[in-house]
Amino acid sequence: MDLTTLTYIAVGLSFALYIGIAIWAKASTTGEFYVAGKGVNPVVNGMATAADWMSAASFISMAGLIAFLGYGGSVYLMGWTGGYCLLAMLLAPYLRKYGKFTVPEFIGDRYYSKAARIVAVICLIFISFTYVAGQMRGVGIVFSRFLEVEILTGLIVGMGIVFIYAVLGGMKGITYTQVAQYCVLIVAYTIPAIFIAFQLTGNPLPQLAFGSTVNGTGEFMLDRLNQVVTELGFLEYTTTSKSTIDIFAITVALMVGTAGLPHVIVRFFTVPKVRDARSSAGWALVFIALLYTTAPAVGAMARLNLTETIQTGEVGAEDGNLVFEERPDWMKRWEATGLLSFEDKNGDGRIQYYNDANEEFAAKAAEFGWQGNELKVDRDIMVLANPEIAQLPNWVIALVAAGGIAAALSTAAGLLLVISSGVSHDLLKGTFTPNMTEGQELMAGRIAAAVAILIAGYLGYNPPGFVAQVVAFAFGLAASSLFPVIIMGIFSKKVNREGAIAGMLTGLIFTMGYILAYKGVFFDPIIANTPENWLFGISPEGIGAVGMVLNFIVAFSVSRVTAEPPEHIQVMIEDIRVPKGAGGAVDH
Amino acid sequence: MDEQSAAYWKRNVKLVSVLVAIWFIVSYGFGILFVDALNSIEIAGFQLGFWFAQQGSIYVFVALIFVYVAKMNKLDREFGVREDDD
Repeated sequence: MDLTTLTYIAVGLSFALYIGIAIWAKASTTGEFYVAGKGVNPVVNGMATAADWMSAASFISMAGLIAFLGYGGSVYLMGWTGGYCLLAMLLAPYLRKYGKFTVPEFIGDRYYSKAARIVAVICLIFISFTYVAGQMRGVGIVFSRFLEVEILTGLIVGMGIVFIYAVLGGMKGITYTQVAQYCVLIVAYTIPAIFIAFQLTGNPLPQLAFGSTVNGTGEFMLDRLNQVVTELGFLEYTTTSKSTIDIFAITVALMVGTAGLPHVIVRFFTVPKVRDARSSAGWALVFIALLYTTAPAVGAMARLNLTETIQTGEVGAEDGNLVFEERPDWMKRWEATGLLSFEDKNGDGRIQYYNDANEEFAAKAAEFGWQGNELKVDRDIMVLANPEIAQLPNWVIALVAAGGIAAALSTAAGLLLVISSGVSHDLLKGTFTPNMTEGQELMAGRIAAAVAILIAGYLGYNPPGFVAQVVAFAFGLAASSLFPVIIMGIFSKKVNREGAIAGMLTGLIFTMGYILAYKGVFFDPIIANTPENWLFGISPEGIGAVGMVLNFIVAFSVSRVTAEPPEHIQVMIEDIRVPKGAGGAVDH
Repeated sequence: MDEQSAAYWKRNVKLVSVLVAIWFIVSYGFGILFVDALNSIEIAGFQLGFWFAQQGSIYVFVALIFVYVAKMNKLDREFGVREDDD
């Protein structure tokens, strides 16, 4: 059977499964729609959280990023896992004990202020839309590459599927489809990694193969990789060109941002008990770690494979490079997508791949008769092309396509749900039309989810030029606005309404202003985005860390000089600190 | 806050402080601040600092959460604040 047919079968079967689950898990109350009736087993919730969390970026892009960044890619590995420790120990159990439906609702209640709730909803909607646009784009790309359909067609199919299970099933439908999606994506991710690890080192476990010796040589993989890439003028794989302070700040922003992302936090509202919220965060991280400890191995192996495919012999030797006409089939297939390209600058019919930005090495390369780097590889293709590079059977490639779509859809659905609950529960029911019946609120939630899907689809099809830039926004804003006020709301009885609002606004405006100034969004950057210009040498990706610190300082200072929170709020804080007494779904 | 709850909260905060300190040392310490020093040690094909940044810290994160879960469950029972199964 050919690849396209197999891919249609794999993707079609996975879709049928998701729709079947959606019909089985239809939501009939707002409690089921927002938080799955608070009846989800903690292990199941952990798995759903993992799928919710691991987006198209984790599945498709991360290993490729690491392959080209080497040690510098560690910020994503630590940054996107370490936040779960903060969630488990500092947020999830207390928010579960508080026992309502949304993150802005907690902020509004704890700081006895509708204004605080509205500021939180605005942050939430902005963060979530930024994120969801990227997911829809990912769906479109996978469809167009593997199913050979127009991106628009792919988007419409993807939107249709999300529509069915998110709008009908709400959180309940999403939770159980996410479990299925996790299974699809983790199998799709690890199978090629295991095959490649075995081919390269004889050790099938990617986590260990990564530190094993390469077949046919006595060299450790990472030593060999360091040698191979430095011979071509690239930076040593196990080092980075980024400054320590920047690596530190980016890791903080990503970790804290993770713990402040509403679509992740809300997953811990769905479990029956406080102790389930704790263990559920642990299970989520176990399921996430399966992929996140595999990814750096995939990145290193892909970099080694790619480099050695092209540099077949000694660097500088006349026959040391791959003859263009003899390039493998997978290169030809990816050339068609434009994500891989070759230009024979010196007309020798061979491919030279090296770091021509390294002046010292470029001079040496000129002596070999090389006239510039001839290969361009988009790092997004590393995971998708991996099974082809390793010459795995077509069904593995089909599975990877289904896995990429599962990763994108599961995250998109989780985001759409928090957008819809933000609109129907926080804005309408909580602020503007408090007299709605439950049935009306449920309908409003469904309509909001449907509208959000259409907007997300539109953004996926017409990605505003700034999609890549705004990703830094999502984490930076979550880290600098939502996370500090939630954690202060639990761990301090003194922080009050005035402090929280001032803190949130400071964090938000500072972080947003910094990113806009260096990255530009609707306009050209105001300041050149180079390390010399950065505040303390911290890049816009890491600035959320500074925004977070400012938020804390401002909130504590303002709270000191204004009135203490009222008595009933202090009682509420004492109550959420103790597990006993958390009920089931709270109707209100 | 009654004395019992205050004592519970104090123990909780103490436990979390210890675990967060370990969390910080392993990721930010071993993986970032002291990475160069640790990279001079090579074990089983990995430079140690690099290994902590790309593998070790993640394993430690998982372990920390389960230690937290176990200790908190014990603490909940000790103070009689565990939610009942009814």
